[in-house]
Amino acid sequence: MKLTVNIEKKCGDFSLKADFITDGEVFGLLGASGCGKSLTLKCIAGVEKPDRGRICLGETVLFDSDEKINIPARKRNVGYLFQDYALFPNMTVLQNIMCACKSEDKAREFVHRFYLSGKENLKPAALSGGEKQRTAIARMLAAEPELVMFDEPFSAVDSSLKAGLEREIRKVIKSCGGQALLVSHSRDEVHRLTDRIAVMEQGRIDVIQEKKSLFENPLTAAAARLSGWENISPVEAKEDGTLMASQWGISLPTCRCQNKGRAAFAAIRADSFEIAEDDDKEGITCIVGEIIDEIHRTGVEFIPAGGKGLMTASFPKGQPLPAAGQEFRLRIPQDKIKYFDR
Amino acid sequence: MVDYSPLWISLKVAAAATVITFFLGLMAAWLVLKMKRGRAVVDGLLSLPMVLPPTVVGFFLLMALGKNSFFGNMLRELGFEALFTWQGAVVAAAAVSFPIMYRTARGALEQVDENLINAGRTLGMSEGSIFLRIMIPLSRPGIAAAAILSFARALGEFGATIMLAGNIPGKTQTMSIAIYTAMQSGDRSKAYIWVAIVMAISFAVMLLMNVWNDRQSRLSGKRRSEG
Repeated sequence: MKLTVNIEKKCGDFSLKADFITDGEVFGLLGASGCGKSLTLKCIAGVEKPDRGRICLGETVLFDSDEKINIPARKRNVGYLFQDYALFPNMTVLQNIMCACKSEDKAREFVHRFYLSGKENLKPAALSGGEKQRTAIARMLAAEPELVMFDEPFSAVDSSLKAGLEREIRKVIKSCGGQALLVSHSRDEVHRLTDRIAVMEQGRIDVIQEKKSLFENPLTAAAARLSGWENISPVEAKEDGTLMASQWGISLPTCRCQNKGRAAFAAIRADSFEIAEDDDKEGITCIVGEIIDEIHRTGVEFIPAGGKGLMTASFPKGQPLPAAGQEFRLRIPQDKIKYFDR
Repeated sequence: MVDYSPLWISLKVAAAATVITFFLGLMAAWLVLKMKRGRAVVDGLLSLPMVLPPTVVGFFLLMALGKNSFFGNMLRELGFEALFTWQGAVVAAAAVSFPIMYRTARGALEQVDENLINAGRTLGMSEGSIFLRIMIPLSRPGIAAAAILSFARALGEFGATIMLAGNIPGKTQTMSIAIYTAMQSGDRSKAYIWVAIVMAISFAVMLLMNVWNDRQSRLSGKRRSEG
């Protein structure tokens, strides 16, 4: 079912502007906390009212500021899985589900379907994290929504439980015809669960990309940052034809921005760096700040000599590395640097 | 032999007034919370009896329910007489204790997690059903405290009551009014008795509320540590 969203909303200093269309896919909203992802979902669900714009689901207009249409949340048929599940603490599992459907038989069916048999008379406080999530999902689906939305579904969960809960959500999405909206700040989650991703920054949708292309070839600096590029710096063209990465304090050989515009940002992944040979003219001298022992690799935080900004490199375990405070030389393979015009 | 009628009149009046303010206050709290515009003005008007001198409240009630008032005469036709009756004392006590019920209940309802209310909405629940099944059960301790406080306020009502219902022994003379009357007529020992009774009841009410609060926070603390 086609969802069209084009809304604006101001909340004090924060302003949200969201504009996207999604149909028959899992659509992700990826952004740092406070960027307006959840607010976007709340506007679609109808629990927040946009100042301007239009929201359509299928043939139904849910909201239109020009036509003064604002269907109340309870009639929108949009399922919303809240970040902390928002189970009613004063009700049992069964009563929670029965808030969404009037018939007890149907509620019991959902209890059974989500492996909650035996727990139906417990209150949420007595449930485990996974049971809480299943109750919330059962309750959401019992209302027979036309669209399901997940708001940071794993933020309240231990990482050891995450895999199981994720499987659950994938299953639910499949049973809903493969369409859903998912909000997350975690690129791993959106990578595993979504098809297409909108990158949000400061209340704006920065860019919308297919998942594969976002992670392989981000189109903007914000997309790069959120898809895991560790080093990003603004760049300025200098008279001698080189580019100055102002945050790192190193100059880069000119390179065309991929959009043929003037490059405004440069990005390097932490694992793109190589330790330079002593006679390598392209190497840059760096001072090691801290060595970080990660699970699969070793991270090195460093400052380029003469520069000021901290950069991050990472190397395979076992590679001999300088100690903290030492000088060493690094090479940045030119083809691994990515340039963005915004 | 002391005439104990002021005690029974006070309890009867305060209990009836509390029942009235309980429902009116809760409804008002809910409606004001749902208001989008003009909330400050309505809230100010509803809270006014709390800061006005009770004699002013009594004055307005007298104007509204007196012999020259259309509204008062209409009620009189229907068989409700507020002047110099215990029902009048109930109206006065209810008017003065209403803001306490309303404000305390509103504070409690405001504490209910917005997400729970929103969740109810997305599940297709009506506003009324969200209020009855989610908001009220979750703010029960606060609502109970509100009812206890307004009962205590109704019990101690003096100014508005004496203006509307007067001071008729055995009919509208409450404990507070009995104390005043006893002092006026120089009957100190009688005043002492009533002061002692009022203090005992008031203290018992506050004690009851503290015990209730302790129990509630112990229960919710236990729930938290389980989670």
